Amino acid sequence: MFTSFKSITLPLLAAAIALGAVPAVAVELTGAGATFPAPIYGKWAEAYYKATGNKINYQSIGSGGGIKQITAKTVDFGASDMPLSAENLNKDGLMQFPAVIGGVVPVVNIVGIKPGEMRLIPAVLADIYLGKITKWNDKAIAELNPKLALPVQDIAVVRRADGSGTTFIFTNYLSKVSAEWKQKVGEGTAVQWPVGLGGKGNEGVSAFVQRIPGAIGYVEYAYAKQNKMAHTTLQNAAGNFIAPDDVTFKAAAAGADWTKSNFGEILTNMAGKDSWPITGATFILMQKVQDKPAQAAEVLKFFDWAYRNGGKMADELDYVPLPDSLVKLIATSWGNIKDSAGKAVWTGK
Amino acid sequence: MAVSAERKGNLGDWVFFNLTRVFALLVLLILGGIVGSLIYGAWPAIERFGIGFVWSGEWNPPMERFGALIPIYGTLVTSLVALVIAVPVSFGIAIFLTELAPAWMRRPLGVAIELLAGIPSIVYGMWGLLVFAPVFSKYIQPLLADTLGRLPIVGELFSGAALGIGILSAGIVLAIMTIPFIASVMRDVFEVTPAMLKESAYGVGATTWEVVWNVVLPYTKVGVIGGVMLGLGRALGETMAVTFLIGNMNVFGGFSLFLPGNSIASALANEFAEAESPIYTASLIELGLILFFITFVVLSLSKLLLLQLSRQEGSKT
Repeated sequence: MFTSFKSITLPLLAAAIALGAVPAVAVELTGAGATFPAPIYGKWAEAYYKATGNKINYQSIGSGGGIKQITAKTVDFGASDMPLSAENLNKDGLMQFPAVIGGVVPVVNIVGIKPGEMRLIPAVLADIYLGKITKWNDKAIAELNPKLALPVQDIAVVRRADGSGTTFIFTNYLSKVSAEWKQKVGEGTAVQWPVGLGGKGNEGVSAFVQRIPGAIGYVEYAYAKQNKMAHTTLQNAAGNFIAPDDVTFKAAAAGADWTKSNFGEILTNMAGKDSWPITGATFILMQKVQDKPAQAAEVLKFFDWAYRNGGKMADELDYVPLPDSLVKLIATSWGNIKDSAGKAVWTGK
Repeated sequence: MAVSAERKGNLGDWVFFNLTRVFALLVLLILGGIVGSLIYGAWPAIERFGIGFVWSGEWNPPMERFGALIPIYGTLVTSLVALVIAVPVSFGIAIFLTELAPAWMRRPLGVAIELLAGIPSIVYGMWGLLVFAPVFSKYIQPLLADTLGRLPIVGELFSGAALGIGILSAGIVLAIMTIPFIASVMRDVFEVTPAMLKESAYGVGATTWEVVWNVVLPYTKVGVIGGVMLGLGRALGETMAVTFLIGNMNVFGGFSLFLPGNSIASALANEFAEAESPIYTASLIELGLILFFITFVVLSLSKLLLLQLSRQEGSKT
């Protein structure tokens, strides 16, 4: 059946391409996974469709689902907010590369405190989320913010209720800066929070923080910016108080050594004087050995196109495009994706 | 002629009988399939945690320690709060619509209630989060804390910070969601009470309340209980609205209804998509199995109750 179908279509295809009548045959690619980058993948897909006629169908079903789907080979690419360890990659025959960078920012709701006014250090942030600091006028916070009029008010801790890459980045950061956090709570897309209210999604957390006086929460940068929430500045590994924006996210990305660890870099608490400490990349997952090399080549073509042309779209949606040096490294790594005969599917074109 | 027509009729009956039988058996098959796949999916968790899963209060994904107590507690308590509010209100609505309301009012009010039942639960959730919770925390919770909260023992249930989010808020919104179901079933069954019975009661001088309590309710109790169970079923399995309002807290903080908690359906909705480790997924599926079991027990109990009632009926007269 298949062979006969092919034997008819292939010559036709060849003829069509030779004649240059139609822009080849429209390719349809399917990807599934993380919700955090879904808006930018959607936007890229739309622009890519306009430019090439090829369709990318991205289903934002969550990172866990994305990993399962790509392992089962039901999609052409998977997406995860959490990089996979080398061990897990090898087990399932996968490879990964970052797509865009984003930042997670603490936001507060205290009367009279505007965006960027409150300064926090990692230990204080961890103690708030551990439930050890419970009042806004606590000495530890007051010492950092001598100019602010801090109220005698309970801190209402807000966090994500659903499993999410945002939570993973945030808890990974807290685990790096607080030994107690690491030992008691740990890191993951969902953890056992010692205190606090769980909001569903970034919108749920934003709603709680904006509603509840004395609240602190963490959201993706885009949400904080678009909702004009009062983000805090945070002391980074170099000891500087940093405000979150695309420049400081980029600084964190630039500080990473992407050559090791299969791109599995988590950009939290990065060295570098301008690095925003709670930064993270989101990742694309692909099978290393491809049953359908033509499809795989099209996926890579899409991301190659997105790296070249998608920077401005990413900026508009408050994501940070990858630095050029990293894109070069990624293109090199694509040489590891091969068809069943061992031939690389990506030729750089 | 007559013979062939009869045969044709027999064939038709035979086809119809078997077709309907297949449909009915299909339900059993699907039910069995769901139970089977839930057990299969939950097996790693059942094997690892055993029966302790049911009463362990820990839910710790990074350390892979899971227990169902907090979600079970949240599911039962929110449903209970919902019923405590929804049953009397629905009863009132049904009495008003069938006994007291002027005829011109019955239809529009009845349609309005049925429309309420058609609103998607996500709308209730968003409304609860954005409209209800702020008003609730600002005006109603302080009021409750100052009145009911002062009472001994019961007061414990209404203590703590008024955040507007928590088990009580979720229960109240659940009540609003279940009222249309319970009320419309109650109204329908109240309407089928024979007019003769009611008129006779009015004839001997009974008040409206006496008629409803002594004539209508005993006559329709099977339907009324059915309606309440329908509402309870909805409350137990409700996902989106609860997720937005319950606070999704997996650590037990006390018995106060103001505190955030978690429900089974809400935990599933929140965590399933991002659960990567096999034991995490299996634990979530086991939660689903437990919810299935709770629903089954509730339905069985209501059947038993009905059986008991019909038996008493025989002995009374």
